[in-house]
Amino acid sequence: MQTELLQEARRQAEICNACRYCEGYCSVFPALHAERAFADGDLTQLANLCHNCRGCYYACQYTAPHEFDLNLPAALAEVRRDSWESFAWPQPLARRFHSHGGAIALALVIGFAALFMAIRAIGSEGGEGFYAVLSHNAMVAIFAPTFLLPLVSVAVSLKRFWQEVGGQAMALADIKTAFKRAGKMQDLAAGHGEGCNFEDEDRFSQGRRHVHQAVMYGFLLCFASTSVATVMHYGLGLHAPYGFWSLPKLFGVSGGILLTIGCVGMVMLKLKSDRSLGDSAAWGGDIGFILLLGFVGFSGLVLYVLGGSVFMPALLAIHLGAVLTLFVLTPFTKMAHGFYRLAALIRDAQRKRLS
Amino acid sequence: MTQYDIAIIGGGNAALCAAMTAAEAGARVVILETAPKPYRGGNSRHTRNFRCMHSGPLGPLVDDYSEEEYLADLIKVTDGKTDEHLARLAIRTSQECLPWMEERGVRFQPSLSGTLSLARTNAFFMGGGKGLVNAYYRTVEKLGVDVLYEAAVIHLELDGDKIARVDYTHQGATHRIEPRAVIVASGGFQADTEWLTRAWGDPAKNFLIRGTPYNRGVVLADLLDQDVSSVGDPTQCHAVAIDGRAPKFDGGIVTRLDCVPFSIVVNKDAERFYDEGEDVWPKRYAIWGRLVAAQPDQVGFVIIDAKSLNLFMPSVFPPLKADTLEELAGMMDLPADKLRQTVETFNAACGDATGFHPTELDGVATSGITPPKTNWARPIVEPPFYGYSLRTGVTFTYLGLKVDDTAQCSTADGPIQNLWAAGETMAGSILGQGYLAGFGMTIGTVFGRIAGREAAAYAN
Repeated sequence: MQTELLQEARRQAEICNACRYCEGYCSVFPALHAERAFADGDLTQLANLCHNCRGCYYACQYTAPHEFDLNLPAALAEVRRDSWESFAWPQPLARRFHSHGGAIALALVIGFAALFMAIRAIGSEGGEGFYAVLSHNAMVAIFAPTFLLPLVSVAVSLKRFWQEVGGQAMALADIKTAFKRAGKMQDLAAGHGEGCNFEDEDRFSQGRRHVHQAVMYGFLLCFASTSVATVMHYGLGLHAPYGFWSLPKLFGVSGGILLTIGCVGMVMLKLKSDRSLGDSAAWGGDIGFILLLGFVGFSGLVLYVLGGSVFMPALLAIHLGAVLTLFVLTPFTKMAHGFYRLAALIRDAQRKRLS
Repeated sequence: MTQYDIAIIGGGNAALCAAMTAAEAGARVVILETAPKPYRGGNSRHTRNFRCMHSGPLGPLVDDYSEEEYLADLIKVTDGKTDEHLARLAIRTSQECLPWMEERGVRFQPSLSGTLSLARTNAFFMGGGKGLVNAYYRTVEKLGVDVLYEAAVIHLELDGDKIARVDYTHQGATHRIEPRAVIVASGGFQADTEWLTRAWGDPAKNFLIRGTPYNRGVVLADLLDQDVSSVGDPTQCHAVAIDGRAPKFDGGIVTRLDCVPFSIVVNKDAERFYDEGEDVWPKRYAIWGRLVAAQPDQVGFVIIDAKSLNLFMPSVFPPLKADTLEELAGMMDLPADKLRQTVETFNAACGDATGFHPTELDGVATSGITPPKTNWARPIVEPPFYGYSLRTGVTFTYLGLKVDDTAQCSTADGPIQNLWAAGETMAGSILGQGYLAGFGMTIGTVFGRIAGREAAAYAN
C-alpha cells in the first residue's frame, strides 16, 4: 500500500485520538480510540469502517485553514481505495477502474459487443422468450464463469485484507452484528440517528442513507430474482418466461425500480457534495460505477416492459452486456466496497467482543 | 439598510443563545461575528460539554447533580471567589437549558472515553462544540437572524445611559447601525498579547492561547474606556499547562497533557517546584497553568519513565524519548547533572510503591523532600525515559463586564438601558478565579438566554 497515504491517515488519526470529540458518530472512533499507535493494518481497518458520512469533518475544530488541516473522511477514503487496489487479484486489473470512469464505459461497450456477438454466433437453439434470442445453455456458459470467477477474486482479496487487519477466526455473533449494522446502514446515521452531512454541508440528512439502501436492497432483490429463477429452472423444472406474479418477476421489477432510483439519487447527492471530503481521484470511477449499476437496473426494467416488442433482442443484449460488465468488474470497482465493509464490520464486532 | 432591534456582538455559544431567544420573541436580530465563517463560534468551537444540574437522569446525564453539590464544586475551585447569587442563577437554570438546547439542534453523546468521571455532571456535545455551533447557526438562520462574518465591531457609542450606535467594519468598509439594543458576547481579551502583557508583565509573551485568535477584547476595551462597570482581576484567567509545542493560537483540546500525576515536573533549572501528585488530574488541571507561568521563561518539563507511558491519554505530539536521563536533558536543553541529581533525590525519597493505583488517590508518597509528591510517587528508573515541555495555555480571561441577574451592564450612574452581556465577557461576574469544567458553556447558555429575553423585551 502507498506509504504516504497511510502516513497522512496516521498523522490525522493521532490528532483524533488526542481529541475524541467525535466518539459518538460512528464505528470508526471507538475503534480508533482503542489504539495508542496505528499500524498500517489498523489504518486499513479504520479506512474500511469509514462510510464517509462526513459528520466528523463538519464537527472538527482542526479543519483547514487550521494548521492541523484535518480531513479524516478524505484521508481514510484514499487509504480505503488504495487498500482495495492493493489487495485486488489479479493485480494487472487492480488500478484500472476505481479512478477511471472511462475505463468502465469502455468495459461496458465491450460487454455489449460480447453479448451481440454471442447472440449472433450461438443464437436460440429453439428456445422461447429470451431464450429465443440466446439459448439458456449459452447464458449459463457465459454467466456462470463471469459470476463465479470474480467471486473467487474477491475471496482472495478479502483473505489478504483479513490478514492485514489482524482478523481472528470469526464467531457467528460477529457476523450477525455486522449484517445488522450494514442492513440498517447505522454508520450513515450518526450516533443520534439523524443521518450524515453529505449534500448540504453540516445539515444532517437521511438522504444518502436512504439512497444507499435503495441501491443495496434493489441490487439484492435483483440478485434474489435471478437466484430464485435458477432454483425454479433446475430444481422445479419451471422454465422462463415467468408471469408477473411469479417471484423472479416480483423481485426483479421491484429491485430494478429501487436500483434505478437509488443510483440516480446517489449521483445527484454526489453532485451536490463537496468532492474534497472524499477520494477526489476516484470521482470518475465512482460515478461511472454508479451509472453502470443504475443502468443494469434500468435496462432490466426496459427489457421487461418491451420484452414482447421487436426491440427485445437488442435490449436483451444491452442488459446482459451491462450485467456481464458489472460482474466482471466487481473486484476492481466500487462494487468491492460492500465486501470490504462487511469484513471490516465483522472485524470491528470481533475487536469489541475480544477487548 | 435593515433597522435591527438587536445587534449581537460575537458569534459563539452565548451570542447564539441570545440570538435564538430574541428572534423567537419576535425581535429583528443581527449577529456581528468578527471571525471568518470557518472560524466562527469563538472558543465554543473548542468546547466539549455543558455542566448541568439535574435531579434524576437527564439526557446523557446519570443519577443526580444538585444545586448544592454543583455550587460546592464551584466554590472549591474558585476558593470562594464567586458571586453566589449569579452562580446559583446559572446552576439552577442549567437544568431547563439542556432540553432547550436539544430543541434547537444540539445533540449529546455519552461521556467520552477517558472522561467517565464527568458522566454525571457534564453533558457532552456530539462532535464537540463546533457541532453545537453549527446546529445553532442553522437554527438562527431559520429564525431569520442575519449573520455577518468578518464583521469587526470597533466602537459602541455610549450616550448617557444608552448605547446610541454600533460601528463595525465589514468587507472593507466602515458601517454604522443604530439598533434599539445591544448584546455583547465577544469573549475575553486573551488573544491580545499586548493587553495580556500589560496585565501579567513580560511572562505573558510566552503564553499560548488555547482558543480563538479573534477574542482580542476590542469591544471590552472600548466599553471600559467609556467607564462601563467592570469586574475581575486582569491577571485572572482559565489557564492550564499544555504541550509546549502547541501552536500559539487555537491548539484546543489535543494539546493537553494528562501525564503530570505520573511524572516529576521540573523547571529550566531542572528543579521540581510543586507536588505533582496533589490530586487526580481533572481537579488539578487548571492550577498548573499558573504554576508554570511562575517559573523562569514560563516553561516546565515533564519527565516520566517507560512504566508510565500508557497510563494517560495520548496527546497530539509524541514525547521526546531517550535511553538515559542525560540524553533526555540534552534534548530538552536542561542541565544534565542537575536533572540526574533531581531525579535521584526524588527516587531516593520514594517509598513502597506496591499500592500504586493510577486512577485513585493511592497515598504512594515521597518522604523527606520538598516539594513532596503525595500520590503516585514511583521512582523514575526504567528506560526509555520520556519528556514533554509544558507551557501556560490561556483559555479565557476573567476581567470583564459586570452584569446583574438580568445580564444588564451598568456604569457608576446606574444600568445602561439597552446593553446586555453574556458569556466569557461577563464570566468574571461569577468566576473570581479557578475554573470548573463545562461551566463556561453553562454561563454562556444561561446568560445568553437571559440577555436575549431582556433585550427583546426592551426592543419591543
